[in-house]
Amino acid sequence: MSLSNTATITWFFACKVEDVPANGGVCVKYRDEQIALFHFSRRGEWYATQNLCPHRRQMALSRGMIGTQGGEPKVACPFHKKSFSLADGRCLSDDTECSLTTYPVKVEEDRVYIGIVNGSGHAAVMA
Amino acid sequence: MTKIVIIGNGMTSYKFCEKIIAKAVPGTLQLVVFGEEPRPAYDRVHLSAFFSGKTAQDLELAPADWYAQQGITLHLGDPVQHIDRAQKTVHSHKGITETYDYLVMATGAAAFVPPIPGVDKKGVFIYRTIEDLEMIRDYAPHAATGAVIGGGLLGLEAAKALLDLGLRDTHVIEFAPRLMPRQIDDSGSSLLKAQLEKLGLRVHTSMQTTAILGDDTITGLQFADDSSLPADILIISAGIAPRDELARLCGLDTGHRGGIVVNEQLQTSDPYIYAIGECALYNGMIYGLVAPGYEMAEVVASQLTGTEKAFTGFDMSTKLKLIGVDVASFGNPFTPADQCRSIVFEDTLKGVYKRINITPDGQHLLGGILIGDADDYNMLLQTAKNKVVLPPNPEDVLLGARGGQAEGAAGVLGLPDEATICSCENISKAAICNAVKDGHETLDAVKKCTKAATCCGGCAPMVKDLITATLKSQGKYIRNVLCEHFDYSRQELFDLIRIKNLYSFDEVLDHYGHGDGCEVCKPAIASILASLWNEMILAKGNDTAQDSNDRFLANIQKGGTYSVVPRVPGGEITPRQLMVIAQVAEKYNLYTKITGGQRIDMFGAHVNDLPLIWEELIAAGFESGHAYGKALRTVKSCVGSTWCRFGLHDSVSYAIRIEQRYRGLRAPHKIKSAVSGCIRECAEAQSKDFGIIATEKGWNLYVCGNGGSKPQHAVLLAGDLDSETCIRYIDRFLMFYIKTADPLTRTATWLNKLDGGIEYLRNVVVNDSLGIAAQLESEMQALVDNYKCEWKEVVENPALRKRFSHFVNAPEEKDPTVSFEHLREQKKAAEWK
Repeated sequence: MSLSNTATITWFFACKVEDVPANGGVCVKYRDEQIALFHFSRRGEWYATQNLCPHRRQMALSRGMIGTQGGEPKVACPFHKKSFSLADGRCLSDDTECSLTTYPVKVEEDRVYIGIVNGSGHAAVMA
Repeated sequence: MTKIVIIGNGMTSYKFCEKIIAKAVPGTLQLVVFGEEPRPAYDRVHLSAFFSGKTAQDLELAPADWYAQQGITLHLGDPVQHIDRAQKTVHSHKGITETYDYLVMATGAAAFVPPIPGVDKKGVFIYRTIEDLEMIRDYAPHAATGAVIGGGLLGLEAAKALLDLGLRDTHVIEFAPRLMPRQIDDSGSSLLKAQLEKLGLRVHTSMQTTAILGDDTITGLQFADDSSLPADILIISAGIAPRDELARLCGLDTGHRGGIVVNEQLQTSDPYIYAIGECALYNGMIYGLVAPGYEMAEVVASQLTGTEKAFTGFDMSTKLKLIGVDVASFGNPFTPADQCRSIVFEDTLKGVYKRINITPDGQHLLGGILIGDADDYNMLLQTAKNKVVLPPNPEDVLLGARGGQAEGAAGVLGLPDEATICSCENISKAAICNAVKDGHETLDAVKKCTKAATCCGGCAPMVKDLITATLKSQGKYIRNVLCEHFDYSRQELFDLIRIKNLYSFDEVLDHYGHGDGCEVCKPAIASILASLWNEMILAKGNDTAQDSNDRFLANIQKGGTYSVVPRVPGGEITPRQLMVIAQVAEKYNLYTKITGGQRIDMFGAHVNDLPLIWEELIAAGFESGHAYGKALRTVKSCVGSTWCRFGLHDSVSYAIRIEQRYRGLRAPHKIKSAVSGCIRECAEAQSKDFGIIATEKGWNLYVCGNGGSKPQHAVLLAGDLDSETCIRYIDRFLMFYIKTADPLTRTATWLNKLDGGIEYLRNVVVNDSLGIAAQLESEMQALVDNYKCEWKEVVENPALRKRFSHFVNAPEEKDPTVSFEHLREQKKAAEWK
């Protein structure tokens, strides 16, 4: 179920670059949703995922610690240290754990934008 | 050039291709594979993971282009329909004709559907392929009540799938009187049933389904005892039926109850045709597990590349996690009672059942069942398979030796070289040890080199133990490194950072690490920096290297709110201070509780409120209690000689002095302390990292105790000390611990690992055997002099304060998902799922 060429991305303004701590995350409000935005400044990269950790359904990933595992960027939930890939959202510490929804991020000037595909905050995943 | 055609593209077929390509001389083989399903071979063992977010692609054993890269022709969605044995050709549904020198049938099995009237109704499914799962997923939203016929391995997996799809009302119907009748006994089944029912499944055993009710669409099940059960969706998982129709058509021998008959070479009645996996009937038995299928693939791949190899049956031991419950059965779990002795351990409270069968002379293990806790499965399986002689008290293998002696040669090193460690890939102990000796010294390297632990992963702990044991036996120093980003131990890094004068995580990573850090090395380095320099922990970009609690200077609790603990040195608090805490707690709607360390904890604070709460606490003279840090927590005290008729010294004043000296001191782990005013020890000082007890002549100093999950009493370091000497010894002791302990190691564990133990420690601290006492004292004094209240700094610094909001783009809004429930006169966090 990959993005087709016809998918449209709506970009919304999240915050300024300086609002996000270096190598850390913040939580961004988008309508009724919460999105975790990470500035992996050491790598010069930005990532966004759902803020909800699927393990115990806690709104906490934006407060998690980011890092790498075998070169793959990831975030560890502050509650039980479950790690998720920032690149594709899959759980790195437990094969049976759900994946995270990820969002594209772009930075223009010093403004950070998060992309919502087809106007919906959710990727095509099962309930 | 030998041309081999493989019919079927399941797990066994894929494994056969992988193995024969590895064995064959390049250019001597031509492989053609026909698969009925539209996608290449996937991991059917972990099929249920499809419902917890894995995609079909995640489950692939190898992508479609792997086959092309290996030169294998792969026809998908094109089943073979006819075999012409005389012409040695196969004909496919799409009209492809291929000749063969050898034919390998890996047609697998289909779900067995019992002849119950109504199985063709809408809402009735089987559980075998990704397509089946897709149909179940699409149908499930219309259903409220689910049922599964079959309480075996796969049936319980299917029931879990229904739970995962949100069907809270799910029933399992088993014809036999117990669950998993092929693997476990009655007692095991009733325990498993109780565990599964706790998770919301309803289990009905000894139930025969006679009809499926409803017009076009299922509405329920009818049973032989005239009872019925409403159901909107049904999965039938009553066993497997070998796919032997093609073999029958071309006249190969097949069994009465299905299966293609094979000999030890896995040849069918036509010597040019082999059968492997679930379609093969060897010695009257179908092997419905992946490990024997892989072994069959190995046998045929060996023979076709010129190595003699035979299949002589396969151990059907299994271990799996069913809906979170460990279930394992190994060897023969059903040896008749007159041919063995059984030892049974059952704990219904914890949901653990273990049974082992041993020979009547108590020498050997025959088999057994483990439910609820299968950690010992690998060891027990190997003990049974290799006929390892049991210890004098055979129950020790189940319960562990309880005499206090060391394990000795038992454990993984006691196994013979030929013992199978990884049964999925059939890798022996010798193969793993040899790989380690050849330089594959990590789990990942051994996995890549031997393939051990790459399938179900259950043997990974044993493989790790073997790696460590093999390295040790070679006299190799096992480097104690922090994580994949630093090839140094904590102690080495501590010295390096001090010598180089580094002040931030990034600087340390640039100098001594590689990559980008992780949740293991970041807080460890941040802790070293704090222990060395005692600077504001949120400065210099170190904020995001701190563990979450340190980053927000509060303890995260269920639901994402925080708890706040002001320092109450020695546990002494004024009525005025109590009133301030009461006012703050009421104003911010916080739950209050007295802690074990004589302080007051306030729970349920929104991250946005933390600076406001602290502003008020600080104005009333409170300071951070560092309850969130790996740091000095509390110095507890009894009331001592100021009030107590037994007290020898003023324990409260001394406790306050000590707590104020070491407040905020960061260490590899939390540090707790206490001071008791007499030998009655009301402050429980002997359960602390350092504890002080008044004597007639001064103070006794005890060190390295802790409570917690493994309580350990502190041991006497020095006796009858005057107050100044006692503090100097504590300075030296704490600083020595901070400099040398591994991350997250309490003082008790540190002492247990310290060569020379308490004698050595006493020599360093009391007799200054290393000549570092003066240095340790001055380093501690520098930390003491540099102390500042972190919360005061945050409250006064707008840039730091800004980080205490939930939404970066709506800083005034609190997290709307936080919710509380009423509890007695207060509140509690909403239960998590």
